Parts: sequence; C-alpha cells; structure tokens
Amino acid sequence: MEGIKITKESDARGSFCPGPLMEMIRLVRSANVGDVVAVISGDEGSKKDIPAWINKARYELVGMEEAAPGGTRIICRKNH
Amino acid sequence: MSEKLSIVLFSGTVDKLMAASIIASGAAAMQKEVTIFATFYGLFALRKGDWKQNRRISKDFEDYGAQFLQVLEAKKAPNWLETLQSAMDIGNVKVKACGLTMDLLSIKLEDLEPIVSEIVGVAHFIEEASDGQIIFL
Repeated sequence: MEGIKITKESDARGSFCPGPLMEMIRLVRSANVGDVVAVISGDEGSKKDIPAWINKARYELVGMEEAAPGGTRIICRKNH
Repeated sequence: MSEKLSIVLFSGTVDKLMAASIIASGAAAMQKEVTIFATFYGLFALRKGDWKQNRRISKDFEDYGAQFLQVLEAKKAPNWLETLQSAMDIGNVKVKACGLTMDLLSIKLEDLEPIVSEIVGVAHFIEEASDGQIIFL
C-alpha cells in the first residue's frame, strides 16, 4: 500500500485459524487511535475472517495485498 | 445487550475440544457473550493438567485419530486450552462447570483448570442461554 504508514506489523504465517485474527485483535487493542496496523497471514480463511471482525468492531479495513511468499497482508486503521 | 452463544461441552476428546475452543474464539471476536457449560467428559478434560496427556479422539472419527494428532504436533498447532485462553483474553468467554458431574465424581472447583469460573446447575445454564444459540458438542 503506497503512502500508508504501518505502525506495527505482525507476521502470523504458520499460525492457524483463528490465530491470525487473534493477533490482529491484540495488535489493534495495543495500538493508539489513528494507528495503522497489519497482520500477514498464510491462512486462506483470514482474508474473510479479519475483514469481518474489522467491520464488526467498526474499524477501517485499509486494504489487503499479497505479501510474498504465501501470505496476505491485511491492514487495519484503529479509527476510534 | 450483546448476542449470546452457549456451548454444551459434553465430549472430552481433543477434536471436539478444539472445535469448541475455536468456535468460542470466533464468537468472542464477533463480540458475542460466550458461555461454555462443561459437563461429563468435557468436564473431565478440564481437570488440572489433564490436557497434557489427553490424546483421545471421538469414536466416530477414530480412523483419522492418529493422523490428526500427528498433524497437530508436526504443524505445532496450539492446543485447545491455549486457544480457549486466548478467546478469553480477547472477548467475553466464561467456562462453567456442571454441578451434577462435579458431585458424582467428587470434583472440586480447585481441581479444575483456573479458566473454569464457577459451578452451576443445568437450569441456570438453560436460563442464561435462553435468548441465544446453543451448540452441543
């Protein structure tokens, strides 16, 4: 993601469902309002799971991108 | 009031314990109020330290048992108790013990893993679960 400053990122590849989601929740909880955090997940389900949580918790899904190898970077802004 | 999900954890096999802890995690993440009512073999599995040697697999799926346990170990999947503990860290998850099972087997609250918060009867559980979904495992 061009121009987005990620405050904290966690590589959760090798972690199984719901591990990457739990990691995202922990990251967001420990972040300050306004921070952008990211989790890299190798678990296919995370691509649906993490955005569903972000939506439920009313944060902002900044984006998702392929992060080589075999991982997707899911980026969230703690907007409140 | 938040939505509820209640799990009757009747089984004490690793496969069902994993299912219960993973469902509880998802529900906790999605801001549901989760209650796990541990009864019979589910309660046995929550006795202090039991998880360390528990390698039981449900009878229905015993053909896959050895393979399943091997994969869990090889891929270093977190055990069900860790999964349940992280569900409790991120959300509202309570584990309650069935009074009947406790009485029949003379188990005390202090004999159980500390994640178990209290001993309740079935009517309390049903009442608490009444306006939500119930899953039996």
